[in-house]
Amino acid sequence: MAPSFENLSEQDLHEEEEEEIDFSDLKAQYEVKLEEGLDTFVVIDGLPVVPEENRQKLIKFLLRKLNTVGHTSEDAVFMPLNEKNMSEGFAFVEYETAEQAVAAVKQLHGTPLDKKHTLLVNKLMDIERYGREGRIDEEYKPPNIEPFTEKEHLRSWLGDPNARDQFALYRGDKVGVFWNNKSNPPENVVDRAHWTQLFVQWSPKGTYLASVHPQGVQLWGGPTFSKQKQFPHPFVSLIEFSPGESYLTTWSARPIQVEEGHPVLTYEEDGKNIIVWDIVTGKPLRSFVSHDLAGPESEAQPKKKVQWPAFKWSADEKYVARMLQGQSISIYELPRMNLLGKTSVKIDGVMDFEWSPATVNRDGVKQYEQLLCFWTPEIGSNPARVALMSVPSKEIVRTRNLFNVSDVKLHWQSQGNFVCVKVDRHSKSKKSMATNLEIFRVREKGVPVEVVDSLKDTVINFSWEPNGARFVLITTGDASGAGAPPKTAVSFFAPEKKGVQAGNFKLVRTIEKKTSNAIYWSPKGRFVVVATVHSQSNFDLDFWDMDFEGEKNDNEKDLAANLQLMKTVDHYGVTDIEWDPTGRYVVSGASAWTHQMENGFNLHTFSGETLAENPTDKFKQFLWRPRPPTLLSKEEQKQVRKNLREYSKEFEEEDKYAVDIANTAVVEKRKRVLNEWVAWLKREKELLTEEKEAYGLPEEADQPKAAKDAPTNTEDKGETVVEEIVEEIVEESEEIIG
Amino acid sequence: MRPILLAGHERSLNQIKFNRDGDLLFSVAKDKIVCAWWSANGERLGTYSGHLGAIWTVDVSPNTVLLATGSADNSVRLWNVKTGECVKVWEFPTAVKRVEFSPDGSKVLAVTEKRMGFLGTIAVLDINYDGDFTNQAEEPSLRITCTESKATVAGWSYLGKYIIAGHEDGSVSQYDAKTGEQLENVQAHEFDHQINDLQFSPDRTHFLTASKDKSAKLMSSRNLAILKTYVADTPLNSAAITPKKEYVILGGGQAAMDVTTTSARQGKFEARFYHKVFEDEIGRVKGHFGPLNTIHVHPAGTAYASGGEDGYVRVHHFDKPYFDFMYEVEREQLRR
Repeated sequence: MAPSFENLSEQDLHEEEEEEIDFSDLKAQYEVKLEEGLDTFVVIDGLPVVPEENRQKLIKFLLRKLNTVGHTSEDAVFMPLNEKNMSEGFAFVEYETAEQAVAAVKQLHGTPLDKKHTLLVNKLMDIERYGREGRIDEEYKPPNIEPFTEKEHLRSWLGDPNARDQFALYRGDKVGVFWNNKSNPPENVVDRAHWTQLFVQWSPKGTYLASVHPQGVQLWGGPTFSKQKQFPHPFVSLIEFSPGESYLTTWSARPIQVEEGHPVLTYEEDGKNIIVWDIVTGKPLRSFVSHDLAGPESEAQPKKKVQWPAFKWSADEKYVARMLQGQSISIYELPRMNLLGKTSVKIDGVMDFEWSPATVNRDGVKQYEQLLCFWTPEIGSNPARVALMSVPSKEIVRTRNLFNVSDVKLHWQSQGNFVCVKVDRHSKSKKSMATNLEIFRVREKGVPVEVVDSLKDTVINFSWEPNGARFVLITTGDASGAGAPPKTAVSFFAPEKKGVQAGNFKLVRTIEKKTSNAIYWSPKGRFVVVATVHSQSNFDLDFWDMDFEGEKNDNEKDLAANLQLMKTVDHYGVTDIEWDPTGRYVVSGASAWTHQMENGFNLHTFSGETLAENPTDKFKQFLWRPRPPTLLSKEEQKQVRKNLREYSKEFEEEDKYAVDIANTAVVEKRKRVLNEWVAWLKREKELLTEEKEAYGLPEEADQPKAAKDAPTNTEDKGETVVEEIVEEIVEESEEIIG
Repeated sequence: MRPILLAGHERSLNQIKFNRDGDLLFSVAKDKIVCAWWSANGERLGTYSGHLGAIWTVDVSPNTVLLATGSADNSVRLWNVKTGECVKVWEFPTAVKRVEFSPDGSKVLAVTEKRMGFLGTIAVLDINYDGDFTNQAEEPSLRITCTESKATVAGWSYLGKYIIAGHEDGSVSQYDAKTGEQLENVQAHEFDHQINDLQFSPDRTHFLTASKDKSAKLMSSRNLAILKTYVADTPLNSAAITPKKEYVILGGGQAAMDVTTTSARQGKFEARFYHKVFEDEIGRVKGHFGPLNTIHVHPAGTAYASGGEDGYVRVHHFDKPYFDFMYEVEREQLRR
């Protein structure tokens, strides 16, 4: 089975044998009739029933509405009357062109005429097609319910007895899924050629693997990675899962063109770029035209930047929001995808926004809410502003004004406890730049803001510790950095030890003269890898421990951190670094997407010990399979941590046993191979002797003939040792003493 | 293991050969000159001049009396090793890519290039050791034409019974050395990945191929069965079997034409040692700053030499640890 999308969709659609299918019903349904010329007609239903004298009035009133989408006139509206000289509540309308008629159906169907009446607009053709007698059975027939078939368990990989993790590997045109076996070669689960055309992506909880094809997105899952769901978005190039993997957003650069009779897409999707899908049903929820981000002010730049992710999800998937830069944020409610409060939130100048990555319980706030943080730049004399908005109330719960702002980045801490607003400020002359950190303590009463302004340089990277209150940032003096890689400094921050709440954030240490540009926290916190990636000359990975269990520096005594560099590793040409979901392993990869040199991936432990190096030709992507959050309660987790020693004893024994087994296996194999080899040589030798006899050749038949003048020495002289003494004058100098 | 650096060629090396006694080393390069060296100390014994084009291949008769060379000037030349005289020139329509003496020294095979409408051939020349060696037969005693894919390398099996050839398409053929009939053809390497070298074990019952597909294969001379596979991470130009110890040495590197576009770091210009039986890589020797084009091992297994695209020959005499190294399994075998 060649698992290309094309073939799959074929198979999907034609599971049964083709001959057995009766196509007559489909043929009738999708019959194309062009000669009728009724494309310009629409039927409007749901009108009020009026007597003849009021008919013209109603038509005039109706025309106002109808002319918003196209051109029609009083003559073109036909509203029939019945015997009682009353209208029937419907009318036929002829538009100038068929496109206008389609537009009328699209835009006016379901819109209210007045308080009591809602317009129902359909194409005359459609009424003909579906409503003609015999087309629809008068008798109700219950839908045929397919018998239940057992599906593969989508989370079976979590049941691995050794709690190993899986990863997807994309190299050349093959994609494989493997078990991580520490320093041993990974164990293959599936490996398929041409599995994807662009890239692969796991869903956030690891249930599905998505492959991207020109025909759309295909999701795979279960122990054998069988087809799960298909999202036929033509020429899709970007995809994004919602955090709970219930929805999928897809984007294509070119607008979708829907052909009539498409099994999934409808006219709704025609001309759109973005579709939000429901993963379970595989149906589109709503589609959108993408907003392009304004390029950097000049119109000379024809390439517009695509805003991605276009739709940002709230932590619980109840809301999804999209920003129209500089104007508004539209918040949609799931699962209906209707605009919250029927209007977008107008925010003049809004530049960016971020949802809190977790549902927050603010101090003193009882009702349910999701938080989002956005910022606006300085407009005229108004200051720049960062604000927190509560959803669904759309109330602004905290704002902060800022001055001399060049750029702002918003960084939420993973539990939504803090949001760090990184403010790049320029001096009055706009010559020098500096960075301030404004940290909103979201959970504390009144959301106090703490300012860290001890930074003189520009911050190029910032990252919170997952589930922690510490962060790492990288600063650089010269942001331009032409030519040589810019020198950077890595700073570690931690809160002061103070009761339950985190105290003020203080600098732990700054490491100067680095080239690092990327920060990768362990998903479980505590450990962090600071690395130089995408560089031509530096490839170092520094493995740091924030809670080192040894001596602590005196001057860092009251900080909730004990920083220690565990190891520095070099990986030539490193482009990507991935922590496994359990925080046990780190994989550094050099992807062929960035450069062609020494592609492959290396596996390290969390402490920087390199377990395996896997040079791989045309290596493109390495992705750990994410895990869903643990089902154990806090208490149970604590219990596990407490008894860790006992558990680990068990596992260590198992590991040791496995190693022993493996060693014996290797020795056994070597023994076997060596014996086979010796036996083979012996047999060859016998055969050779036999052959010589058969040819009637003497034993030394294939010995070389000696040269005529060669000295005839029959007895073996043994080895001669030639010793040669070479003297070299290294230096000669003359000195006159006296 | 301190190498002796032989800097006698001005261009990249094509082939190097120890004589059967191992005291001499012959090297040929693109610079039209054959050099002879004392293998013990790297002193140059002399040169053989006369070729008009790059010399692709060299072999010395088992009794170290005659030397055969094949060149891009479309000729095979036979030289008197001792005097340096050219005793015979055979002209061919195309370049000669490989010459090899039969085990008893009575014949030489020559692999000719496919070019200008001529198909690749393997020609067998009879060698006469009488008199001043100039009395040689003009015409080859046998001519094998490769119609499918041209031969790039070839050699003699045990007893000179078969001629074994490696092809441009990655296949290996076995020919009857008497009749020239093709007996077997095995697609040993990946399709369309040229075989760059083919060297025999001392008893010629098995041989090692090196291919562009980044692997070397140990094969049986009798039936072309693939006995072992050694996988490297770079295209291979040469592979040799070591006597005395059960190793193989592989050499290669980024293709010469790609070297300028890649860093030296990833050139992979190292000689790699693999265990012949267990197929494990056990060591590497650095030194060349270009791909390794040719490797040959001292017949006694005490030294090896490598010639590179960088124009140098490096002769390495093995140290004691090389001979001491043994797998536990081997040691057990020895005790028994």
